[in-house]
Amino acid sequence: MSMVLTSPEETTSRPAADWCEAPPVTDADAKLPEWYRSLRAEAWERFRGTPAPARTNQAWRFADLKHVRFEGYAPALPLAESVVADLVARAVGERPADYAAHFVFANSRLIHAETPGLPEAALCLPVGETLLTQPERIRGHFLQHEDFLGGEKFASLHAAATLSGLFVCLPKGCVVTHPVIVHHFVGGDGAVIFPHTLVVAEDQSSVSVFDLFESITPGEETLIVAMADLHADHGGRIQYAALQDLGDTGAKHVQLQHTRAGRDASVKVGFVNLGSGWIRNESVNRMVESGADCQIFAANLANGVQEYDQRTLQSHEAQHTTSDLLFKNALYDRSRTIFSGLIQVQPGAHHTDSYQTCRNLLGSDEAEANSMPGLEIDADQVKCSHGSTSGTISDEEIFYLRARGIPSEDARKMISLGFLHEAIEKLDGEALQDFLFARVEKKFAAIG
Amino acid sequence: MSQSLRIENLHASVDGHEILKGLSLEVPKGEVHAIMGPNGSGKSTLSKVIAGHEDYVVTEGSIYLDDVNLLELEVDERSRAGFFLAFQYPHEIPGVTNANFLRAARQARLPKGEEVDAVAFYREMYAKMDQLGMDRKFTGRSVNEGFSGGEKKRNEILQMMMLEPKYAVLDETDSGLDIDALKIVAQGVNAMRSPERGFLIITHYQRLLDYIVPDVVHVLHDGRIIHTGGKELAYELEEKGYDWITKEPAAA
Repeated sequence: MSMVLTSPEETTSRPAADWCEAPPVTDADAKLPEWYRSLRAEAWERFRGTPAPARTNQAWRFADLKHVRFEGYAPALPLAESVVADLVARAVGERPADYAAHFVFANSRLIHAETPGLPEAALCLPVGETLLTQPERIRGHFLQHEDFLGGEKFASLHAAATLSGLFVCLPKGCVVTHPVIVHHFVGGDGAVIFPHTLVVAEDQSSVSVFDLFESITPGEETLIVAMADLHADHGGRIQYAALQDLGDTGAKHVQLQHTRAGRDASVKVGFVNLGSGWIRNESVNRMVESGADCQIFAANLANGVQEYDQRTLQSHEAQHTTSDLLFKNALYDRSRTIFSGLIQVQPGAHHTDSYQTCRNLLGSDEAEANSMPGLEIDADQVKCSHGSTSGTISDEEIFYLRARGIPSEDARKMISLGFLHEAIEKLDGEALQDFLFARVEKKFAAIG
Repeated sequence: MSQSLRIENLHASVDGHEILKGLSLEVPKGEVHAIMGPNGSGKSTLSKVIAGHEDYVVTEGSIYLDDVNLLELEVDERSRAGFFLAFQYPHEIPGVTNANFLRAARQARLPKGEEVDAVAFYREMYAKMDQLGMDRKFTGRSVNEGFSGGEKKRNEILQMMMLEPKYAVLDETDSGLDIDALKIVAQGVNAMRSPERGFLIITHYQRLLDYIVPDVVHVLHDGRIIHTGGKELAYELEEKGYDWITKEPAAA
């Protein structure tokens, strides 16, 4: 597969002085297809016409709305070549051991691409480049889903602005063994990026995609409005993992994810959140044909005054569909988490099997975990369960480890890490698991 | 220097309620002692008190491991000093694999800056698991999670074999074991018997003592040792029950 590194001029445009008054990406590039330009214009109008989240909105219940702000950001600026070289070295030096392809974006610009384990038939191309060179390949799936779980204004903004991130398309029967890794760096005070990940797995194909979100320099005020859109056709398999390891002050992260699983398709989604002052995850998982299966996991480690706000939907829209969700939050200091999950069994989706669990481990009296599990069943012969628990580490577990000679602090750490590990180990790929776990451990060491 | 696990006039209570009321016994290095006694006599309390569980308050008496005063040590320090308790109800630790758990326990015994040799560690662990008839899959599974009763007890013995304590207390290790598992566990313990190690086996039934033959049998009743004898005492208790001893005046 040939790879072209797109120049910055093609993927980003000059930042508008007051970008809330004008689309963040202009139509300066006339080579972009007409359908895309009108889609983008419509999205911008929707963004302008959608009110900002308000306190009365159920979809934002428990959220501290002071975090939600659209003003004061401008599209991230291109980086100096020396910075780019450092980032490439950093991304290459710190990645899971096994990978089929590795792409690095910094401030929306592609700065590195290699595809050592990618089959010839698999298409892995930056979104911006796909729009320029083979727009019809992406048209059917790109930015087609607008409904999220309260974050529609962010979704519209994303649609109006995105031109970075990767389009991964697997033709029928194509199997990619190792993950496709995509780094997204953001840097510069007030910088915003809009990374998009579109994965299309056609019949019986299989792929794993791993997005990493990192700050170029921790501490800067940055905003990411990311979207991952996953489409698995008949028997297709997708694993999508996202690691948010941004600087834990200043950075804000919004990630909207949508899954459409067809007949006998299976999709696994995993979120690991370690950084950022505030995050909002919305995960919409639709099982639209019989035999579809979705599994959604999250491992979140929050400390300081971080707020992690996650909303999920498991939508069963056909018979004999299955889903399982496990979200784990470990909270320290005065951090807050919000989990709102809904299992929806649509009319006629008989024989649905669906589970949802949120577990919170409270490492401090001042931490706050909010859970809102929900069920709506409109079909027969359905097996569903949902539940949420919050608790501290049990004294008996600590005693057991100490009775083997492990000091108290180490025992606490092992149990907390084990708690998060339970979600991470649900993902496929040992190298990926090890990588994620090492990052969790690194953050834990910083908490002390 | 005294080479024994020595308990003298031990009084301990839980929630203000005295359970151990002046318990004394000594397990010299190289010997296996058994403690038998009816339900509620204080058998499990004794094991928790030696291990240092904070729900139990020692109000009087002493516990020495060789010349180390155990009561002055924290729970983890007691373990590192060479004490081991095989739990009656081993706890489950979700997300922490058996291998990592054992490795951390071994690591805790090394001087600062030294690391467990991973290759040697796994080789040793596998050999000991083979000895206990444990499948290799247990290394990667969370500690005791989803283990059957017998698997948990084998796992306790595996930990004991890996940590090589000077003195070990086995708290009703036979409960919940079928006869085959019991034999394997007993083989594991017997393989560890040595002039350098003492065992105290707490049990409700004489059955275990058919496989781990004790040097001395103590009878615990109402928080005190009321009778001490040879291994034949276990059979006598099995046959006659405890009444004939408990109704005698307590032995000094």
